[in-house]
Amino acid sequence: MQKDVIFSEIGDTLVARIQCDVDHHTAKHMRESIDAMLLNRNPDELVLDFTRVDFMDSSGLGLILGRVERASSIGAQVRICGMSPRIMKLVKLSGIERIQGITVGK
Amino acid sequence: MKKKINEMTLRLPAISINESVARSVISAFVAGLDPTVEELGDLRCAVSEAVTNCIVHAYRGYPADEPGEIYISVRLYDSREVTVEITDRGCGIEDTDLARKPCFTTGESGERCGMGFLVMESFTDYLSVRSKRGEGTTVLMRKNLKP
Ligand SMILES: Nc1ncnc2c1ncn2[C@@H]1O[C@H](COP(=O)(O)OP(=O)(O)OP(=O)(O)O)[C@@H](O)[C@H]1O
Ligand SMILES: [Mg+2]
Repeated sequence: MQKDVIFSEIGDTLVARIQCDVDHHTAKHMRESIDAMLLNRNPDELVLDFTRVDFMDSSGLGLILGRVERASSIGAQVRICGMSPRIMKLVKLSGIERIQGITVGK
Repeated sequence: MKKKINEMTLRLPAISINESVARSVISAFVAGLDPTVEELGDLRCAVSEAVTNCIVHAYRGYPADEPGEIYISVRLYDSREVTVEITDRGCGIEDTDLARKPCFTTGESGERCGMGFLVMESFTDYLSVRSKRGEGTTVLMRKNLKP
C-alpha cells in the first residue's frame, strides 16, 4: 500500500505530508500514525501539509482539530499548509483558523 | 416545467470503503450535465458527508458482517438541477434541528467535529433532513448547476 503520511523533521518541527484523500475511511490510520509520531518525537510544532491532497471532507477537519488537541497536550502548536482552493473553502467554512493553537499558512 | 433527464439508484453496504465509491459514482453520473470543477467538488463533498454519517452514526455498533445499507438516488433535470437523496435504516436522529447546528456532534472527540450538515448545506442549494428514531434518516440535497 502507498504510504498515507510521510514524516520529516526540521529542527523541533515535525512535518506530516498527507499523501491521499482524507475521509473517514482514510483518516483513522493517519490519525494513529500522526499521534504516534507526536508522542515519539515530542516536537514544538506539527505541520500538516496538504499539498498532495485532492479531496477532503469534515473527517479531515476532525483530523486537524484532534491533532491540535493532542499537540497542545504536549505543548506543541499546529500549522496547516498546502491547501488547494477546494480544501481552503472547507477550512474557511469551518472557522478552524480562529481556534487557539492553530495557524493556517500557505 | 423541468423535465427529468436521467436517474440512478445505488445500494451500498455501510462500510467505509464505500465513501470513495459513492463519490466516484456521483462524479461519473453528474458529468452528463458538464458541471464546473467547483460544482463537482461541492457535490462530491456533500455526498461524502451524508454517506459517512450513515456509516459512523446511523449504523453505529452494527456487526461487521451485517453493516446495514445505504440507498442513494440521484436525479438530473433539464433545468440543470441535481437532486441527491441518501437514506439509511439506522438509529435515526432525535432532534434534526439540533443535529444540524454547527459543532453539534455525538461522535468521538478528536475525530468528529459536527461540521457535516454545515458542509452539506453550504455546498448545495437546499438540504432537508427527515428522520425518525429507530427507523432511519433521509437526507435530500439539491444543487442548481450554472447554465
Ligand atoms: N444518518 C444519521 N443517523 C443518525 N444520526 C445522524 C445521522 N447523520 C447525522 N447524525 C447525527 O447528527 C450529528 C451531526 O452530524 P454532522 O455530520 O453535522 O457532524 P458529525 O458527523 O458528528 O461530525 P463531522 O461530520 O464533522 O465529522 C451527528 O453527530 C449525529 O449525532
Ligand atoms: Mg458527519
